[in-house]
Amino acid sequence: MTVRRLADNQDINFKFDNQDLKFLNSLLENYPEDKKQSAVVPSLFYAQRKAGGWLPEKAIMAVSDFLDMPKIRVLEIATFYSMFNLQPSGDHFVQVCGTTPCWLRGAENIKKACKDYIGQEREVSKDGLCWIEVECLGACVNAPMIQINDDYYEDLDYERTVKILKDIKNKKNIIKGSQIGRKSSEPLERD
Amino acid sequence: MLDNKDKIFNNLYGFEPWSLVNAKLRGDWDNTKDILLKGREKITEEVISSGLRGRGGAGFSTGVKWTFMPKEPTGKTHYLVVNADESEPGTCKDREILRNEPHKLLEGCVIACAAMGAQVCYIYIRGEFINERHVLESALKEAYDDGLVGKNACGSGLDIEIFIHHGAGAYICGEETALLESLEGKKGMPRLKPPFPAAAGLYGCPTTVNNVESIAVVPTILRRGSNWFSSIGRENNTGTKIFCISGHVNTPCNVEEEMGIPLKDLIEKHAGGVIGGWNNLLAVIPGGSSVPMIPKEICDEVLMDFDSLQAVKSGLGTAAVIVMDKSTDLIKAISRISYFYKHESCGQCTPCREGTGWLWEMMEKMAKGEAKKEDIDTLLSLTKRIEGHTICALGDAAAWPIQGLIRHFRHHIEDRIDQYQKESNQNYG
Repeated sequence: MTVRRLADNQDINFKFDNQDLKFLNSLLENYPEDKKQSAVVPSLFYAQRKAGGWLPEKAIMAVSDFLDMPKIRVLEIATFYSMFNLQPSGDHFVQVCGTTPCWLRGAENIKKACKDYIGQEREVSKDGLCWIEVECLGACVNAPMIQINDDYYEDLDYERTVKILKDIKNKKNIIKGSQIGRKSSEPLERD
Repeated sequence: MLDNKDKIFNNLYGFEPWSLVNAKLRGDWDNTKDILLKGREKITEEVISSGLRGRGGAGFSTGVKWTFMPKEPTGKTHYLVVNADESEPGTCKDREILRNEPHKLLEGCVIACAAMGAQVCYIYIRGEFINERHVLESALKEAYDDGLVGKNACGSGLDIEIFIHHGAGAYICGEETALLESLEGKKGMPRLKPPFPAAAGLYGCPTTVNNVESIAVVPTILRRGSNWFSSIGRENNTGTKIFCISGHVNTPCNVEEEMGIPLKDLIEKHAGGVIGGWNNLLAVIPGGSSVPMIPKEICDEVLMDFDSLQAVKSGLGTAAVIVMDKSTDLIKAISRISYFYKHESCGQCTPCREGTGWLWEMMEKMAKGEAKKEDIDTLLSLTKRIEGHTICALGDAAAWPIQGLIRHFRHHIEDRIDQYQKESNQNYG
């Protein structure tokens, strides 16, 4: 278990507009009519995106209002699931997989690259980058790897990671997925 | 080696598009109506006689599991829930099915629903697989538009709805009852069994939870026949399996192979061999982080299937092979796994919530050598006090890697302790 708490600074406005509500209502179609609560994770996901990559208390409360759920029930979901960021996490949120399969192939070097080019773990840099170490992201044969926002970047080493981070800073296009030219998880001879 | 013609997942690597048109060219959705019209008994019988064992880790017969569902309508909705919450360290096979072979999975869902009398299927996909989810959603839309899913699915007269749901980063939701809790919009905390999901599962209705791979192989089994499937592999360990080979190998990869392939062949033929050669091998975790490791002497001979690995006190699990060569600090490697379980414990059962933290702290000390030799027995006894004393298997999963380490590499831990003692004596001596 990990202890997860809401951010100290909650100075942000949050309200669902009509377009948001239209999307949220479309989520409800996936579940039986009297089981709105099932949509809580996808709704929080949407709220997090709208709030810029993290969940302020007001967003959690907005979801609770929308789903007619007691606030504490939504709060405990937000603190239980690790993909909900309770602190601001920048525009480019870098998650470094550090679990054993990635660790065996050099995840420590990837963490070092992030430290060198972004800074301390969890701190948002002035370029809007932020990194944390996470548990297995499920791309173990493409280790080591990171996830930046929605996308996976795989088959990394120190230099390749630095290049990706630099390209983000310089707003260059980056190839997603494998960084050594693999289509997905096929075997590939490498240097 | 598995012949190409016997491979189920022809597009495992995504060299061809996943789309419906291409999937049909590969043989998916080919006359699914005829399969559905065989009726639930015939379909289930075929899957049972194929010998298919669940691909999510436990290895229980998929067909037999389906027979636990009520035979007659209960007045409630009956559910199939597909577990695509793939997060066992080392495992990344379902991801390839989701993004490259989504129609195999969807067709499997329709057939499985028919086989167990379910009207609604949920596919629960892990939150991090965002792009994979988008592919699956698009594939599902194609299938609906083509009349393959929904009212009168494939023209069979059956109404089968499929929905996609996602999590938000919690390994524990891969446990079937935690997954159901999560799908109901609660914290993913496993339920006490009984009642089993087949009696009271999602929303209190009859439910079966199956792994992605188990469901995705079903259409091919029914098309090619249970005899074909059971002719591959060994008795009681039949069929093909996607293996994920990670760690210290030259070409890490996913590969579909026959069950019971020798571990050495698997690593040498598909993953380019161990870095530095076979003799540089130290140990392998053969089935995802939860199963005990096996040392090289066992790896030399062992076959990759449920029964062979169980016989050497390990397990096939999800068939995620994590290879560690002689450069590996094994104690540190297992300690990192212990941290994973500490992080992922849901906190419901005391032995797991407290125990996984203690295990990790003790493992960190062992990794430094900052311990006494009798602490190794304390650590072992701690794992025994967690194992079997929790609602779900996460407690067991936290215990087994450490037990495997102590069983085969106790001398490594003792050497580390000796070395630490020696160094601190020098510093203060």
